[in-house]
Amino acid sequence: MKILFNRRNDALYIKLRGELDEHSASGARREVDRLADLNADCEQAVFDLAEVSFMDSTGIGFLIGRYKKFNRYGVKVYITNPSQTTDKILAMSGVYSLVRKL
Amino acid sequence: MENYMKLEIAAISENESFARSAVAAFALTLNPSLSELSDIKTAVSEAVTNCIVHAYAGGSNVKKVYIECRANKSEEWGELHIQITDCGCGIEDVDRALTPFYTTLKDEERSGMGFTIMQTFMTDFSVKSEKGKGTQVMMSKKIGVAENEELRERVNA
Repeated sequence: MKILFNRRNDALYIKLRGELDEHSASGARREVDRLADLNADCEQAVFDLAEVSFMDSTGIGFLIGRYKKFNRYGVKVYITNPSQTTDKILAMSGVYSLVRKL
Repeated sequence: MENYMKLEIAAISENESFARSAVAAFALTLNPSLSELSDIKTAVSEAVTNCIVHAYAGGSNVKKVYIECRANKSEEWGELHIQITDCGCGIEDVDRALTPFYTTLKDEERSGMGFTIMQTFMTDFSVKSEKGKGTQVMMSKKIGVAENEELRERVNA
């Protein structure tokens, strides 16, 4: 999984590219947490899931974990562009009650 | 027409992607829609991940996952049967494990939604487990049933 990012003013855009499963999650977790530490002063972080080609329930834990991490810095977290299957997984697990979909 | 395959793989996380892609490739003979294929991949990924993360967590000599698939095809629809077996530690309380959000590994950012996703994404689902012996997940999906509905949606959109 590749993590691309782009900081624009007070917003950090994080684009996930590739497959998010148990195997790829630990690397992605490390990288995004490093980004969170470096961008603790921003106001919002937006996870763009458009290029996530596969995600299973590992993604639920991953996104909630990152929400908690950003939340500690007072950064609001959003999700955008989930695929149909990803959207189904995130909706049924209640992720959207913590992390709003844009 | 009946088709069959059996896979025996090492229970390592590198194989999660291979396992779900192999089952998806096998399922292609049933002409699934993209959404059906995606459901199948997700369910297989959940089951195989469980074997790796839970079944063999305690250490075992033989760390293998066995995947058997059967495909039945008639003129109107197809059916894919998947059986995923491990020889790991087994599940102490299956009913509890099936409860949404229940996880034995809270500290590792696990969601506890694996079984719920398998149940939701597949047509039929059941699990057999014996403590110390292993776990077997059986699931099947009817292919092509939702196709007409999807076509209609696409036309309307």
